[in-house]
Amino acid sequence: MKKPVAVLCFPGTQCDKDVVKALKGLHFTVEKIWYADHFSPREYSAFILPGGFSYGDYLRAGALAAHSSAIEDIRLAAREGRPVLGICNGFQILCEAGLLEGTLRVNKNLCFIDEWVELELYESCPMWGGDKINRTPRIPIAHKEGCFYASEEQIKKLIDQGQIWFKYKNNPNGSLEDIAGIMNEKKNVAGLMPHPERAMAEWMGGTAGIPFFSQL
Amino acid sequence: MITIGIKILNKKEVLDIQGRAILDTLKKKNYSIEECHYGKFIKIKIDADNKELALEKAKEMTESILCNSLVESYELEVLSIDN
Repeated sequence: MKKPVAVLCFPGTQCDKDVVKALKGLHFTVEKIWYADHFSPREYSAFILPGGFSYGDYLRAGALAAHSSAIEDIRLAAREGRPVLGICNGFQILCEAGLLEGTLRVNKNLCFIDEWVELELYESCPMWGGDKINRTPRIPIAHKEGCFYASEEQIKKLIDQGQIWFKYKNNPNGSLEDIAGIMNEKKNVAGLMPHPERAMAEWMGGTAGIPFFSQL
Repeated sequence: MITIGIKILNKKEVLDIQGRAILDTLKKKNYSIEECHYGKFIKIKIDADNKELALEKAKEMTESILCNSLVESYELEVLSIDN
């Protein structure tokens, strides 16, 4: 039997139910993991850190969650080359944990932005959808801290090593290089601000999110 | 017990959007100010034998958790020493 997909929950995570529903709709078994618990990475096929407001975004978005027990085990999973995906707040947590480069700052317009955006698949991420993802998927964003920032050297490295996963077609938040999602060097850890779990059916507004998970 | 104040501000080279929004509002109210920076202030009480050791501990926790060195800079200040 295929191992379950792990969905991590922190105090303040709120997109876990959407992610679980998206995965179950694709016939995956899913197990939620509480942030304060330890787990054994080899018992799961993949790991998703969903969106929300872990710790109420206290200190900086994702900063406190990045120091939790479950993240210690995510580090191990990442080192072992297992697929890890951070969506929105999950992306912020992975950056704060140092598993992805850069950080997410307050949007340029200082507002929470909730809208469907058009993305451009820049470099495909083999473990999360690969080439099965539409080259220009339409997926919703919902965040206040989504302005990607990294040092000049980091941006250069992201470009040179093919670590930019998605760019916004019309940059909504001031992200450097229009970045919407990135990967680590090994391309097993990925983070993106848009919510593919909110684009799983026509009645939601689109189905571009399906291939993000269906290839696991 | 040694109380330390940790002042965290955006790095100079990073655009401080919140500081700018506050500056605009203050200017609109006819306050004549040139600059405004928005940041955080964290106060911690440390059980350490002396000021130097307390500052060393505060530096370690600031650099690992409290401050994101990519976009923020910080200053430490000893606020009080209680016996």
